[in-house]
Amino acid sequence: MTTTDNGVNVQALLDAREALKGAPEAAQFTWRATSTWKNGVHSTTTIQNFFGLGQEQSHKTKTEFTADHPEIFAAEDNGITPIEYLLVGLAGCLTAGVASVAQNRGIQLRSVTSTVEGNHDIRGILGADSDVRNGFNDVKVTFTIDADASREEIEALVAQSQKRSAVYDALTNPTSVTVEVA
Amino acid sequence: MSQRVTTVVIGAGHAGLAASHFLSERSIDHIVLERGRIANTWRRERWDSLRLLTPNWLNRLPGHAYGGPDPDGYMTAGQVADFIGDYATVTAAPVRENTTVTSVRRTDGGYQVCTDEGDLDCVTVVIASGACNAPVVPECAAGVPDGITQLTPFEYRNPGSLPDGGVLVVGASATGVQLAAEVRRSGRPVVLSVGEHVRLPRTYRGRDVLWWMDATGVWAQSYDEIEDLARARRLPSPQLVGEPGTTIDLNALTGLGVEPVGRLAVIRDGAALFSGGLRNVCSLADLKMRRLLAGFDEWAGIGDGPAGFEPTRIPAAPRLRLDLRGGEIATIIWATGFRPDYRWLDVPVVDEKGRLRHDGGVVDSPGLYALGLPVLRRRRSTLLHGIEDDARFVARHLAERLTPRVVA
Ligand SMILES: Cc1cc2nc3c(=O)[nH]c(=O)nc-3n(C[C@H](O)[C@H](O)[C@H](O)COP(=O)(O)OP(=O)(O)OC[C@H]3O[C@@H](n4cnc5c(N)ncnc54)[C@H](O)[C@@H]3O)c2cc1C
Repeated sequence: MTTTDNGVNVQALLDAREALKGAPEAAQFTWRATSTWKNGVHSTTTIQNFFGLGQEQSHKTKTEFTADHPEIFAAEDNGITPIEYLLVGLAGCLTAGVASVAQNRGIQLRSVTSTVEGNHDIRGILGADSDVRNGFNDVKVTFTIDADASREEIEALVAQSQKRSAVYDALTNPTSVTVEVA
Repeated sequence: MSQRVTTVVIGAGHAGLAASHFLSERSIDHIVLERGRIANTWRRERWDSLRLLTPNWLNRLPGHAYGGPDPDGYMTAGQVADFIGDYATVTAAPVRENTTVTSVRRTDGGYQVCTDEGDLDCVTVVIASGACNAPVVPECAAGVPDGITQLTPFEYRNPGSLPDGGVLVVGASATGVQLAAEVRRSGRPVVLSVGEHVRLPRTYRGRDVLWWMDATGVWAQSYDEIEDLARARRLPSPQLVGEPGTTIDLNALTGLGVEPVGRLAVIRDGAALFSGGLRNVCSLADLKMRRLLAGFDEWAGIGDGPAGFEPTRIPAAPRLRLDLRGGEIATIIWATGFRPDYRWLDVPVVDEKGRLRHDGGVVDSPGLYALGLPVLRRRRSTLLHGIEDDARFVARHLAERLTPRVVA
C-alpha cells in the first residue's frame, strides 16, 4: 500500500483529540479580530493573537484584511464585502476538512477546488422590504475533486467535512452574539 | 336584479358602524353588510380571558362614550361586543347581518357588490372588513413534527383546552405575552420565542401608559408626518394586558418562570432553532421604551429622567435549539400576527403583500374607501377611539365625490 500524503498531520490531530478529552479547559479557544474604521464603509481588520491550550497564542505573522463594498454600492472597493469573508471562511474550512478526512481515510488528493456562492437579496439590508432577511438566502458550495477514490468515497469526504466544520456550523446554526459599547 | 344603494359599507365592527354614523349624518343612503353578527370578531375570534388594552374611559366612538361604573377598567371581549352592539342600536345603523360579501368589482357607475344574499349596485364602497381577518403563521410551521398541537389565537380559548405538557409560544407582542403568562400560570412549562417587540409598562408615573400616549399626542400623529410610514404600519402591538396595574413585559414573564428564547429562525430535523440575537431585540425595546417615556417627561416638564425601569433580564445563555420530538413541547401557539383577507376584492388595489393600497383611507380606485387599518390616518387608527377622525374624513371625501352627481 502506498502511503497517502495530503500534507495533513492526522496523527497530531488524533493525539490532540485524545489529550483534550481529559482536559476540556485546554480546549477552550478564543479567536480574536481587531477592526478599525478607515472611511466610508472601508475598514481593516487584523488578526494575530488568540487564546487556546490555556494560554495566549500567536500566529507566525499578523494578517490584515480589508473590507469595503464595490463601486455599484457607491463605495471605493478597497477590499471585499464583509459578507464575502463568510464565503472565504466556509471555503477554507470545508477544504481543510476534505484534506484532513482524506488523509485519515488514506485517500490521496490530486486537486480540490470549490466555488462558494451566497445568494443575497439586498432589499433586506437596504430596509426596502422587512420580510427579506439581511443575511444570505442560501449558500451553495460546489467541489471538484480529483483523487484516488470513487465518486461515493469523494461524496462521503465532502459530507464528513461538513459534519466537522466550524464555519459550516456557525453559518447553519444560530449563535448567541453580544455587541457592546466599551 | 341588483338592489341599488349609494354606499355599501363592508363589515359591522366599530369601524363600519362609525362610517355609517357619519354617512347618516350626511343623509347618504347606505347599507352595512356583515357576514356574522354586529361586532363579530369580538364574539368569535378572541380568547376567553381577552380584555381590551385601552382603558374604558378611552373607548369612545363618535357620539358614544363609555358610561359604566369603571372608567379605569378594561372591557372583556363580550363587553366590547355589547358596547359596539349598543352603538349600532343608538345610531340606528342599517346593518344587514349574516351577509357575506363574495366579490366587489368595478362597474361603469361605481361598484357591484355580490353577497351570498344577493347583489347590490352602488356608487361608493367603504371597506371596513378588519385588519386582522386571519392569523399569520410562518412558513417554517410546515416543519413541525406530527403529534404537536398547533394553535393560532383564533383557535386558542384557554389553557384548559391545551394538552398537558410544555408550550412554545412564538411571538412576544400583546397576544403572545398574554397567552404565555396565562399558560404558564396553568402550571405548564412555557418557552417564549421573542423577536422585535414593543415594551411598555402598564402605568407610568401613576397613570395608565395609554393615558400618556393620548395626552401627549403621540397617537394623534398624522400618517403624512410619519417618516417611515410602512414601518409604523407594521409596528407590533405593545406588551400590555388589560389588567389594572399589571405590567407584562419580559421581566414579568421570566418572573413567572417563562423561558425567553430568540426569534424562531427555522425548524430543521424536528428541532426549532432560535436566533442568537435575543439580547439585541431586548436592548432595542428597552431603548425605545426609555425614549418614549423620556418624551412623556419632556412633555410634562419633568426633568429627573424615567426612573425605575430595569433593563430586560436575559438568561446568560438563552437556548438556541429546542427539540420538538423529545416530548418537552406538546403545543405550539403561533402568536405571529394577523393579516387582512381581501380574496373577495376583485379590484386591483391589493399589493404583493396582500395589503390595500390607499392614501389615508382613499383607496386607489375612485369611490373606494378603507377604514380600520393600522395608521390609516393617525397612529391611533386601529383603536376604538381612533376611528372618529378617520371615519369623519372618509365620509366627507366620499360625500364630495357624490356631490357632482347630485347636482347633475
Ligand atoms: C386579538 C386582538 C386584540 C385586539 N385588542 C385590541 C384592544 O385591546 N384595543 C383596541 O383598540 N384594539 C384592539 N384590537 C384591534 C382592533 O381594534 C380590532 O381588531 C377591531 O376589531 C377592529 O375593528 P374593525 O371594525 O376595523 O374590524 P373588525 O372588528 O374586524 O370588523 C370587521 C367586520 O367585517 C366583517 N367582514 C369581514 N369580511 C367580510 C365579508 N367578506 N363580508 C361581510 N363582512 C365581512 C367581519 O365579520 C367583522 O365583523 C385587537 C385586535 C385583535 C386581533
